[in-house]
Amino acid sequence: MDMNQLYTELILEYNKDKTNKRPVENPTLSEHGHNPNCGDDIVLQVKMKDGVIQDLAYTGSGCAISQASTAMMIELVSGRTADEALRLVHLFLDMIRGKITDESQLEELEAAVSLKDISKMPVRVKCAVLGWHTLEEALTKLQSKTVKSNK
Amino acid sequence: MNSELIRNDFPILKKECGGRPIVYLDNAATSQKPLPVLEAVYEYNTQGNGNPHRGAHVLAISASEAYDGSKEIVRRFINKRSPKEIIYTRNTTESLNLIARSYGETHLKKGDHIVITIAEHHANLVTWQRVAQKTGAVLDYIYVDKKTGHFLEKDLEKINKNVKIVAFAQVSNVLGIEFDPRPLIQRAHEAGAVVVLDGAQSAPHRRVDVQELDCDFFAFSGHKMCASGGIGVLYGKEQLLDDMEPFNLGGDMIEEVREQSTDFAELPAKFEAGTQNVEGAVSLEAAIRYLNEIGFDEIQKQERKLVTQAIQGMQQIPHIRIIGTENPEEKEGLVSFTVDDVHPHDVAEILSAVGICIRTGHHCAQPLHTYLGIYASCRASFYFYNTEEEVQYFLKHLRTVRSVMGYDD
Repeated sequence: MDMNQLYTELILEYNKDKTNKRPVENPTLSEHGHNPNCGDDIVLQVKMKDGVIQDLAYTGSGCAISQASTAMMIELVSGRTADEALRLVHLFLDMIRGKITDESQLEELEAAVSLKDISKMPVRVKCAVLGWHTLEEALTKLQSKTVKSNK
Repeated sequence: MNSELIRNDFPILKKECGGRPIVYLDNAATSQKPLPVLEAVYEYNTQGNGNPHRGAHVLAISASEAYDGSKEIVRRFINKRSPKEIIYTRNTTESLNLIARSYGETHLKKGDHIVITIAEHHANLVTWQRVAQKTGAVLDYIYVDKKTGHFLEKDLEKINKNVKIVAFAQVSNVLGIEFDPRPLIQRAHEAGAVVVLDGAQSAPHRRVDVQELDCDFFAFSGHKMCASGGIGVLYGKEQLLDDMEPFNLGGDMIEEVREQSTDFAELPAKFEAGTQNVEGAVSLEAAIRYLNEIGFDEIQKQERKLVTQAIQGMQQIPHIRIIGTENPEEKEGLVSFTVDDVHPHDVAEILSAVGICIRTGHHCAQPLHTYLGIYASCRASFYFYNTEEEVQYFLKHLRTVRSVMGYDD
């Protein structure tokens, strides 16, 4: 495979963009995500306010695909409600699993659509989904906490 | 060494990848298999396959002969006293687990100490963690100098009279450093500890003499030295093995079974329960014969040449950081490294696209990586069938990695 098709300018740009690679002040929740065999290891921190993601960032290390993918995700879901963010996470995961291929349906993933072809590269799938899975875990935990505290 | 002739023995090295024959530099993970090994396995399966040590028919006998006969070759290979001291396992990992469970868990008690090094493979680390947790023993580490990879002299003092087991790799699979284990073994014995030597990365590359080393246990894998997967070796001193609990229970490891009790078989059968991997044993014998024919002096000479060329070339490329010593005289067949701002996984992807196979990740040595302050690394590891032309090709493409990732340097 031509490396320029995998490491596109957009992916390289997001990989280098460290705007959201930082700790979050007073996070509501920190979630650890890792791929034990390749050394991708991140901590995602989220700060919620009034049910909305007010701040989201990550620290750690990972390959260009995992870093770019996480950066794209943060840009996409910041300012959204947990439900809305989870819906987008599932849409992304369905795209990477090759379940949804229709471009018009995927449009709302914004920059993350550029990772669509990763679905054809089994070895890199786990890199692309690392940040998204970690966010899914975090938000699911938050929601179950909220449900409990409302009872 | 006639590389071309040798490479003809390895059909897989002709496999096309990235528009040229594959460049296989992941030998520390697993080696490739030469025709004499493949043919020996084929011959066994077409002429001699049966279940060893069971039945009286011609194929049961030929299987027994193949299995038991291979042990004599292994015995000579590491210069053991008796084939009784040779236990076949699946791999180094299983050999180490056997020692940990059948010796460690039964001979250690609360307050005893186990000493390993920070450079251990998980197989020689998690196993001892578990023994410590189960027995109440304490697990101590010998650390290494972050630049040279040498053991910290002061940490050797941790080997004192409270220590019952000292376990370490003869060659680290990340640092690749070659050192003389004898002073460490001597120190351990003076303290009254038994020594477990992990030979996974040494046995494929150099002559091993367990009597001269005087280690109590020695473990290695067939698949890293031209044999098939699924065959490993555990050497143990006879009096230690005799005194140990069996590992797996079942057929072939018994003397007599009654309804409520069992007498176990003599060594080595005591530790070899169930139908064994005879074709693995056959492949290991063929592999040892093959390596002996080439000669370990030649093997080391070729590997030293390649490692030297690799290190010197890498030193010329900006933003490459070699892990551990950069002295090629001290490196045994492998060089681990990182590329600034490029994750190892991306390095491997870029090299793989042009047919170069290297290893990335933490190489089953996470505590070492944590200690060195890195998440993961890349590793190029060589065997005698690699060539200078391949190293040149590797260096040429390693040089392009950062530009593929959008760095101008």
